[in-house]
Amino acid sequence: MKITGAEILLKSLVEEGVTTIFGHPGGVILHGTDPASDHPIKYILCRHEQVATHAAEGYYKATGRTGTVMVSSGSGVTNCVTALTDALVDSMAIVVLTGQLPAVMGWDAAQEVDTVGTARGCTKHCFMAFTTEEIPRIIKEAYFIARSGRPGPVLVDLPQAVMTGCVAYTGHPKSVAIRGYNPQMTGHPGQIKRAAELIAQARRPVIYGGGGIIHADASEELHELVEITQIPTTLTLMGLGALPTSHPLWLGMLGMHGLYWANRCLIDADLIVAIGSRFDDRVTGKACDFGRQCKIIHVDIDPTSIQKHVKVDVPIVGDVRCVLRELNKELRKVKRNWARDFDEWYGQIEVWKKQHPLRYEQQQGVIKPQYAIDMILRLTEEYDPIIATGVGQHQVWAAQFYRGRKPRRWLTSGGLGTMGYGFPAALGAQAAFPNGLVLNIDGDGGIQVSLSELSTLVDYKLPVKTFVINNKCLGMVRQWHQRVSAHHPLPTGPVHQPDFVKLAEAYGAVGIRIERPEEVKAGIEKAINTPGPVVVDVVVEREENCLPTIPAGAAITDIVRAPAPTPDKSSQTWH
Amino acid sequence: MKGQIPPRRHILTLLVENQVGVLARIAGLIAAKGYNIDSVSVGETMDASVSRITLVVHGDDWVMEQVVKQLNRLIEVIKVVDLTEEEFIEREMILVRVNADPPNRAEILRIADIFRAKVVDLTHRTYTLEATGDEDKIHALLELLRPFGIKELVRTGLIAIGRASKTPSTKLERVAGGDGEEGAKKSPAVAT
Repeated sequence: MKITGAEILLKSLVEEGVTTIFGHPGGVILHGTDPASDHPIKYILCRHEQVATHAAEGYYKATGRTGTVMVSSGSGVTNCVTALTDALVDSMAIVVLTGQLPAVMGWDAAQEVDTVGTARGCTKHCFMAFTTEEIPRIIKEAYFIARSGRPGPVLVDLPQAVMTGCVAYTGHPKSVAIRGYNPQMTGHPGQIKRAAELIAQARRPVIYGGGGIIHADASEELHELVEITQIPTTLTLMGLGALPTSHPLWLGMLGMHGLYWANRCLIDADLIVAIGSRFDDRVTGKACDFGRQCKIIHVDIDPTSIQKHVKVDVPIVGDVRCVLRELNKELRKVKRNWARDFDEWYGQIEVWKKQHPLRYEQQQGVIKPQYAIDMILRLTEEYDPIIATGVGQHQVWAAQFYRGRKPRRWLTSGGLGTMGYGFPAALGAQAAFPNGLVLNIDGDGGIQVSLSELSTLVDYKLPVKTFVINNKCLGMVRQWHQRVSAHHPLPTGPVHQPDFVKLAEAYGAVGIRIERPEEVKAGIEKAINTPGPVVVDVVVEREENCLPTIPAGAAITDIVRAPAPTPDKSSQTWH
Repeated sequence: MKGQIPPRRHILTLLVENQVGVLARIAGLIAAKGYNIDSVSVGETMDASVSRITLVVHGDDWVMEQVVKQLNRLIEVIKVVDLTEEEFIEREMILVRVNADPPNRAEILRIADIFRAKVVDLTHRTYTLEATGDEDKIHALLELLRPFGIKELVRTGLIAIGRASKTPSTKLERVAGGDGEEGAKKSPAVAT
């Protein structure tokens, strides 16, 4: 029996295990989004294509299953570009299905864009279906490419003629063979042995892990590595959750706004074990000054990440989980009293922690943003929440004070720093876990980038709890501007602001406002215990800065620390 | 780290899927990463589903490691080989139209003869020469023709083939034989 391309597409998606599609419909994709089609896939109608794509990122990061997006042609495609780029740099496995005009290209017809040409620079790979028959093969390959190797976004452009064409469906391909694509899974055994030897000899080692550990589902293996070797461990913004933050060897986040001692460990280490991380400039600062004094082992599935910025002594290309399993086997054979050998190193780290603790002072009157975020994280810890963030100061504080036991619970836009990421990412995660606690810690700037999604949350009864850390300006930009010029008026606000509580109510959600320090605890508890989507407007101190910080382009030795603590009983210090 | 080894010319030979948009993808990558490309030439191999692209790139070893890795990362790129480290034969073809006033004609023909170039078109005032050779030979020929006045120059871009089994050959090419591995071993170095 002959069926249409759209029906074949939906059958292929079911075969790939797709249960949820985020999207926005339009003329030439109507066949794909046709709700009358008899299929078990849930279609979540978002209010903007960028948001739908971010939602798919959140869905992927929270579940490990490839996120799926379906949008129409033209502006539907170009609206996806930011989110596709975000997914590319943060290695998010998503597949974006785009409608296209009937088969003839290049007529400059209404809502026609060169979709594949637009997507080339912001996807891991992109396809255009030229015939209805090739839909199953393309879908199979698209999902394989998105999720394997270093994960990334894949786009499939589906012309209307291909979607409406009728052919016999011959079933979904069982396997994939792409001769130009064969990700290296197992690490080179000789290199793994060399890495084990270096680790066995190190006196001041540090593990520097990244998002690759999460993508490879290698948290257990990392945990095991830390248990065997007793090496202090720091993670990047993207890697948070790969090691429980309660672990005694957990150092906290490193990088531009990382903790002082975590960054110091990288400067003073004699061995850096980099795992699934890419020596991003926000971690290394000036790369030419990085890691000169020490040996570096670098495990990554993406060969281009190795030796890109920093010279490495032992490069290991492979899947982080496969490599760590082999490495752990080698290290178990090493006869060494690890903890005793590192005694001096631990002592040094303790000194740094005492010298420059992560701290804030919550006094009477105005809420400190750090206090609000710290309290949100503390009060929700027992629920094992999934936490999404926007981009800016609140993101940094949430990362600095992060508390989490498991991977895939921390959703944030790292490489691209996309404001407005938090709302849709939380939406995507909540769609995957309707009964879990999903928080969005956002800024008053970022939330207005994707505020429209409050409608989607209400529509689909997705009970995301959003905390707007409201400093009435673009805080991070204000902070940077302060460094650049103390004299000129800031282009970052204060700006006219909507009433977030009334806005929430207008959308059909619940709004709560917290303005005084003593209201914080009760306000957070109320938000968590209120059913349905909630927006909490947390009005905070405007002039607070994220410290420590490494100025852009400087070396990590140039770290700018918080001022010396003032003797005040209300000051809070966390290690 | 960067820039310690002086940049030099590298000839990369790529086998890629013979599909719409592959060249655009490679060109896009090169432009996005800011690599310096001297020439590109593309053609089908004996296997019609595979094209060969010859890229001439300038870069130090650090840059070249990234170029090769980045090209390899593209899904449609099947294989990348940097021929520069191997023994190889390179050729470029040019068509050059040069002023040929009667007093200069004999001299231009002598130069063409020495360089084994052919006259493929002529008018009362110009010769059009066809020449092939490696980069040095083409450069030398053009320098000798320059004083007469070069009216137009068209170059194919460099192509190269490794000696013996240095280039990745497609299965079909090997089966077709003659120009495959056996043939290459026997062929003597060609004088230019």
